Amino acid sequence: MPGNNRIVLGVIGSDVHAVGNKILEMAFEEAGFHVINLGVMVSQEEFINAAIESDAAAILVSSLYGHGEMDCRGLREKCQEAGIGDILLYVGGNLVVGKRTFDEVEELFKKMGFDRVYPPGVLPEVAIKDLKKDLGL
Amino acid sequence: MKALLIDFGSTYTKVTLVNLDPPALVGTSRAPTTIETGLLDGLNKALEAFSPEQLDGITVKKACSSAAGGLKIVAIGLVPELTVKAAREAALGAGARVMATYAYTLSDEELDEIKELDPDLLLLSGGTDGGDRKNILENAARIAESGLSVPVVVAGNKSAASDVKKILEKRIPHVVVTRNVMPEINVLQVEPARRAIRELYLQEITKAKGLDVIQQEVGLAMPTPLAVMKAGELFNKISGKEVVIVDVGGATTDVHSFCDGRPRKSGIVLKGLPEPFAKRTVEGDLGMRVSLQTLLEVIEENDDLHALREYVDRIKRERSLIAANEREKYFDRIFATACIREALLRHSGQLKELFTPEGRLWIQQGKDLTEIDILIGTGGALVFADDAGSLLRAGLRLENPLQLTPRQPQLMLDHKYVLYAIGLLAEDYPETAEVLLQETLKSLGRI
Repeated sequence: MPGNNRIVLGVIGSDVHAVGNKILEMAFEEAGFHVINLGVMVSQEEFINAAIESDAAAILVSSLYGHGEMDCRGLREKCQEAGIGDILLYVGGNLVVGKRTFDEVEELFKKMGFDRVYPPGVLPEVAIKDLKKDLGL
Repeated sequence: MKALLIDFGSTYTKVTLVNLDPPALVGTSRAPTTIETGLLDGLNKALEAFSPEQLDGITVKKACSSAAGGLKIVAIGLVPELTVKAAREAALGAGARVMATYAYTLSDEELDEIKELDPDLLLLSGGTDGGDRKNILENAARIAESGLSVPVVVAGNKSAASDVKKILEKRIPHVVVTRNVMPEINVLQVEPARRAIRELYLQEITKAKGLDVIQQEVGLAMPTPLAVMKAGELFNKISGKEVVIVDVGGATTDVHSFCDGRPRKSGIVLKGLPEPFAKRTVEGDLGMRVSLQTLLEVIEENDDLHALREYVDRIKRERSLIAANEREKYFDRIFATACIREALLRHSGQLKELFTPEGRLWIQQGKDLTEIDILIGTGGALVFADDAGSLLRAGLRLENPLQLTPRQPQLMLDHKYVLYAIGLLAEDYPETAEVLLQETLKSLGRI
């Protein structure tokens, strides 16, 4: 795959859901991406540091335990401060708890600076297709 | 056939004479290091302790040195927690003193600082393999333009390495490219950089430091801390035990650990860059003679603080001073305990408690040394103490259970003070080195 195919993957915050993370790693690698998988319990700073050192094209954040809003807030701003403000940010999982519709959730996370937001149950293929399109790969 | 092993230390020049066949220790001796009149003076003085017959038949001479400031390195990388940390580990593992570390693009002020520090070598890293190129290229250009003329070891993004070399070579006399200290995020690869540093040390830096006479006369092989590290590696390999060495010296306290240091219990998540199996830390502010002023700061309370300060002032005037009476010996024990405690705390990892929706979790950063088998004490402050065992026990006293310091190791003393000699012999004469290990390691019981 030509162009920058490096992506940073991880489960944000105090979230320890490891299975989906492994599945995503396998799926994206199979699709030809160079995956830098930080695993579970990843802080915003760790995502950013890994993206800087590896000059990654995108950061893919998972959150399964309902605290996604709290954990993801400020990530785009920190990327801007760190000099990688243009990096693609994707997020997916059980992002919030409570009775909000996915449209509301998507709007919330887009306002926070995420380029793509995925509801629970989305197959990796969807995100892979989007990412290839966004990166022009 | 005999071998003469020498350590040119900051305070003392130590010699060890051994028989190679059959392997046996002949004897040891030491004399104050003579920087002003040339290092050979101190060596000859130390050799006076041996008879001409004893000195007859020496076929192998090897030396290590931490005189003239040791091997001074400045480590440069991109992100502080990643390539900067990896570069620092590589430099420490090569037996260097890391004067400073720098992250991101070097500023003019930082370049001035580096000139001021006058290092023997720069270790330049940055970017994973195939990752960021911009930073290391920029820093190479800035170093080349700065007027610095120290040797540079390049251990960064392999995709940028040859360009970095071209940029540096225009102005820098010795540029060595080796493999990346962090080829992937959170993967540490320090051995190639360690080897490159050692080769450059032997080829170029000893010359620049005026140690080439020593090099010709007695075969300078490595910086002293690396010799101690090699002794630890050998002991770990032979015994199969997890080992920590605490080396309390005049100017610094070194700690070496030989273990994976991974979490020992379930429910602990390991974070951060992986730790090297053979890890060394050096505390430049913890020493028995040179760095006493800063050591005073970690000695919180003492009944006799005034007298303690007076003693420190006297030592500042005369660095090779040896405690003359009971009271001064007592002060030396306070210094030694503080050095051991503080250096072990900084070397070992720690746990942080975290409450999550899944319940309570622990995050471990650094190495878990709680279950190491053996702790070896060395360095003048321990070797020549009357009660090395109680010094080590006092230094190990547990104050914070979240600090992963050794808990119940078997305590041993390098009582012949020959660990450096064992390290110098380890590669070419492993059997002799093993005999010396058995000879010198004296059990001090458990904690």
